[in-house]
Amino acid sequence: MTPLLQVNNLVKHYPVWVPDGWRQRQVTLRAVDGISFDLNVGKTLGLVGESGCGKTTTARLVLGLMAASQGQILFEGRTLSAERNAAWRALRQRMQMVYQNPLSALDRRLPVLNQVIEPLHIHGGGDALTYVDQAQELMNSLGLSPALWHRYPHELSGGQRQRVVLSRALILRPSLLVCDEPVSALDVSIQAQVINLLQDIQERMGVAYLFISHDLKVVHQISDNVGVMYLGHIVEQGPPAELFSEPLHPYTQALMAALPKRWGGEKNPRVILQGEPPNPVEQQSGCIFQQRCPHVQTICQTQAPILVRVSNTRSAACHLHSSSTSQLSPMLEAQP
Amino acid sequence: MNTQLPMPAEPNAAPLVSLRNLNVEFSANGMSIRVLHGLNLDVHVGESLGMVGESGCGKSVTWLAALGLLGSHAKVSGEFTLAGESFDGLDDQGLSKIRGRRIALISQDPASALNPVQRVGTQLLEAIRLHKGLQGNDALAHAARLLDQVHIPSARQRLQSYPHEMSGGMNQRVMIAMALAGEPELLIADEPTTALDMTIQAQILNLLGEVRRDQKMAMVLISHDLSVIAQECERVMVMYAGRVVEMAQTDDLFRSARHPYTQGLLSCLPEMGKRPHRLPAIAGQVPQPGQLPQGCSFAPRCDQVMPACAMQLPELWTVASTHQSACLLSAA
Repeated sequence: MTPLLQVNNLVKHYPVWVPDGWRQRQVTLRAVDGISFDLNVGKTLGLVGESGCGKTTTARLVLGLMAASQGQILFEGRTLSAERNAAWRALRQRMQMVYQNPLSALDRRLPVLNQVIEPLHIHGGGDALTYVDQAQELMNSLGLSPALWHRYPHELSGGQRQRVVLSRALILRPSLLVCDEPVSALDVSIQAQVINLLQDIQERMGVAYLFISHDLKVVHQISDNVGVMYLGHIVEQGPPAELFSEPLHPYTQALMAALPKRWGGEKNPRVILQGEPPNPVEQQSGCIFQQRCPHVQTICQTQAPILVRVSNTRSAACHLHSSSTSQLSPMLEAQP
Repeated sequence: MNTQLPMPAEPNAAPLVSLRNLNVEFSANGMSIRVLHGLNLDVHVGESLGMVGESGCGKSVTWLAALGLLGSHAKVSGEFTLAGESFDGLDDQGLSKIRGRRIALISQDPASALNPVQRVGTQLLEAIRLHKGLQGNDALAHAARLLDQVHIPSARQRLQSYPHEMSGGMNQRVMIAMALAGEPELLIADEPTTALDMTIQAQILNLLGEVRRDQKMAMVLISHDLSVIAQECERVMVMYAGRVVEMAQTDDLFRSARHPYTQGLLSCLPEMGKRPHRLPAIAGQVPQPGQLPQGCSFAPRCDQVMPACAMQLPELWTVASTHQSACLLSAA
């Protein structure tokens, strides 16, 4: 089966100006620096990482909202370009985005029902007389009762607003939903409701999720496969149960150690990562994680590790794991 | 509502801070909305108390009201005692003497709490001048010492930096240094790590624990994240819709929560190692302040609701010596 979404060696570099004495000097900010992944129909790929690691840039590239510097995105077997042409618009119907803050994603001056109908009008097709019914049916199935349909976004609670955003994204029956921190702005009890709703939607409609979050526990709950990102690279990849119970990459290990223990368990004796992620404009040779890594070796300073397959389901980009196997993961074999 | 509060380790020790019958009302457009309903709270010397609850439950408002930081739209009533000294009517004159000096506050977003057009050194020195009365080189040395204490490398140079030149974690360290300038007896940390990345969150939590033990200072940690509270606090207070619904030692609360809301909060969090088909979510949503239901505020969302819940406002019943729950189930 061909994957719904194939991303090969995706790169996004920005030119930025930094002060250099009295003048300014142009340097390259490597927001996304060669990532590859596959996403199958009806499955969920979780991307985790700290701010600035390139998660959101990846999402915007996948949706064709901006052009990649290098690399290839195949969606439903077709190459996705960022050119605003008819082909792009046709593909964009099949992929939608859910943002972190529903209040800023919604139009404050339009009743929510009208906003859910709007994509149908824009993309056309079907019987225009059924648009209202379609929208109402979908909103009902997402837990928005008729009393809420004609309200404005500010008259709804955070959880209800996120349900409106989801209705609007799903009204065109997309096959891919890119969710950028969809539950981070919600309260704990509402967060669980929305996660459950996302899982229900996936079972019912077979939509695939590219699920971006900084919250490891949320990603663990919802994902079929997880990619851990650091400074524009995927440093480890695998199914959540294995990846989070036995993290291979020192960065994933540090993320796990940074999670506060719930209770009962030991308090505090844990590895705390020193320092902060380096500025992505500062070029360096070798491994991107070397400054903060507790297991750093000489080879890490000169040679950048590549993502290699460690077991059937898992890959990691770390010299600690590259010696055991020399076999490249299939997603990297495609690269020149 | 007259409630007994959990006893401190030494039963005779007076609490450092005690709030009694704290009420807060906001008025806007001729309407008055009550957001805090007769809150009672004690913080003992050197202890760390966690306050959890969802947005709008009154956890931040409690301390903003106690410190007189709510402004003229708020109507605040209640008693506030700090180390035996009473601040009747919460007058501004009296409170300004203790704000920052004896009770310090750090907020969620360090970038907006710091002045963006002043060097951090200038802002830190202002706090030192105000609280310690130091001037010139003495003040400068003290500022560098404070930055050292919060583990900011090359502290002297960092005094010259502007907030935008430093990361969120560094800015939060500066905020902690400013809070420590007055050597406070109580530090209120209002969601101190919510805006920070995971690995930085762990660093800041460790730092807060470290300075608290070094300075033998009490801390109130406000968070919506139960796991952060579990990590750092000895005692926990759970709030819902402007009232305390449960209060207990941390271990007791996490092991045997008595209030259905606390139980719901604990079970609805996704957890590593477990992956239920669906998370046991709490149904419904937090009621709007001013539109609270009759009786128990949590009754419409509660999975153990009884007919009596709609009639009677539950008070905080003691279920064990240091454990209280505001639920009719705990009254029996």
